[in-house]
Amino acid sequence: MSSPPAGLPPKLVRLDDYIPVVGAPEIEEMRALARRLEGRTVKMVNSTAMGGGVAEILNRLIPLMQDVGVATRWEVITGGDDFFEVTKGFHNALHGAPYEVRPQAFEIFEAYQEQNVAQMRFDEDFIVIHDPQPAGLIRARQPDGRHWVWRCHIDVSKPNREVWEFLLKYVRQYDAMMISSPNFTRAVPIPQYLWYPAIDPLAQKNIELEESFTARVLEQFSIDPKRPILTQVSRFDRLKDPLGVIKAYKLVKKYHDCQLVLAGGGAKDDPEGGQVLEEVKEAAGNDPDIRILDLPPWSALEINALQRASTIIIQKSLREGFGLTVTEGLWKKKPVVAGNVGGIPLQVIHKVTGMLTQSVEGCAYQIRYLLANPEIARRLGENGHEHVKENFLLTRNLKRYLLLFLCLGGC
Amino acid sequence: MRQAKEPFAFMAASTLNKVCGVQASTIGELLEHLRSVSADSIFNHTFQSLSVHHYLTEGFSNDFAQWALAACNAPQLAELLSALDIRQYENIEALRADLVRVFEEFVQAEPERAGQRAFEPFYFCEAVTVTVPTGVQARTLAEFCAALERISVHTLHFHFVTARLRGPSKNDFSAWIEDSLELPQLADRIEAIDIYTNTLEGVRQLILKECRPWVEAEP
Repeated sequence: MSSPPAGLPPKLVRLDDYIPVVGAPEIEEMRALARRLEGRTVKMVNSTAMGGGVAEILNRLIPLMQDVGVATRWEVITGGDDFFEVTKGFHNALHGAPYEVRPQAFEIFEAYQEQNVAQMRFDEDFIVIHDPQPAGLIRARQPDGRHWVWRCHIDVSKPNREVWEFLLKYVRQYDAMMISSPNFTRAVPIPQYLWYPAIDPLAQKNIELEESFTARVLEQFSIDPKRPILTQVSRFDRLKDPLGVIKAYKLVKKYHDCQLVLAGGGAKDDPEGGQVLEEVKEAAGNDPDIRILDLPPWSALEINALQRASTIIIQKSLREGFGLTVTEGLWKKKPVVAGNVGGIPLQVIHKVTGMLTQSVEGCAYQIRYLLANPEIARRLGENGHEHVKENFLLTRNLKRYLLLFLCLGGC
Repeated sequence: MRQAKEPFAFMAASTLNKVCGVQASTIGELLEHLRSVSADSIFNHTFQSLSVHHYLTEGFSNDFAQWALAACNAPQLAELLSALDIRQYENIEALRADLVRVFEEFVQAEPERAGQRAFEPFYFCEAVTVTVPTGVQARTLAEFCAALERISVHTLHFHFVTARLRGPSKNDFSAWIEDSLELPQLADRIEAIDIYTNTLEGVRQLILKECRPWVEAEP
């Protein structure tokens, strides 16, 4: 791809770099909170240093924790293929997917927890364990006043009962659990806090871009900047309903001369993704105004440019975790039309920060409505941006951690 | 320049959301839970909701009204709930009583609506608020204006919207301006600023607009 835009942030981002985004008062208040935690230490533990949303968040969050003076250490548990096979099965089972529990699965899980406990020290004041894979490290807990919390990034509202019951014996030993949505709540005997996922406004996917860069990206993909652009950014996955998006676009096209961009990735690595991509191409037929882009993983700037150039962002998912592409669209002040599933309604407040839909026809209607009413679309986009700023930015996540530690530690 | 008897110390208020594990799928269920959920939960869905949606000037006065409108398709109930002005309440129990009254009257008038399933459940959450001094203080009206421009909207919300719950009969700014600066007329004008037809940023600008002529008039 062509050269990156000007204004890229320095490699090591500091909290003050976020002043232009959230304002100096917010940053000063976070520093005031952090001063109350002076001398306290934190350990974050997850199961992977690279790849996946959790590692991405920790990579950006931990430097900010250090910057406010809360010494934070990040450790990654180790395990063999057998362990990660088990935890992948657990992950799917906790999401509610069919899963046949083999008795040795629990033994393998426990053996690796024991092995990791033997290799790690837990000297910090606050220990944050991310997701089910390292949840069993709680067995290392001593009655020494240290605080242990479990951040559950996945939807455990309808879990496989056997796997959840197994996990629950660990979960109940924590001081608190953090969940991404109130409908992910479980009956557990510990406090549960709402902990929304977050985007980093200074990451390549979200930084402000120069118009010339955006224009070059549109040119590269033969997208006309003068006509409305409808965009869905998602993996080629049936649950993202790309075929439904094409149907909705065709209904809109009868009234508005618009273009559709379906930008995704991963189709080459995922057999089902490849199949869905073929179906999408077939559904698009020879419509010259549909662009299907199977982008490589290093396309953050291009995705950013496509979102910024869009007239409307669509996320017509049939099922969804939280839907960070919705967050990204809202952050870019775009009117968003999205399925009323998973974490999307937390972000898209119908007619306030965007439009929720339940069907292809509804999706098409909302798009038509917004194309015909650009002032309303603009206001939704503005509200959406503020909603993200208030709830779903990395800095808000940092603030939540500081608050939680203050509450737990009685500082 | 008039010196205050006591400086005004700005506090930063930040909130975590704790999930109560209580949910309502119908208006009737919400009414029942409303009677028993914690005061922190009522606070969260009214006072705190206004802070979280500080950028809006219409349609989002509290979570109960928004749910009645968006999830229950009950605009008349939503309107009555929206009309409850949280700044008029000196304690949460009084606000709870009025919320319950509005729901009860709706259920009595339209009993068939009480059991209808909402599009989305209402999840009760509690606000856990942590306050710390910002370190910013004002001893004169000019210092107050300068500080007001530097605080976050959440600090503004804490002093301007939730103050009555902590004791004073008016917002913290008006109480200080009246008691410490002895400018009751200005205090009353600030107290009269409407939080429901302004964003919190707009409220900040209106307070500054009220104060500036007084600052300029001071010798």
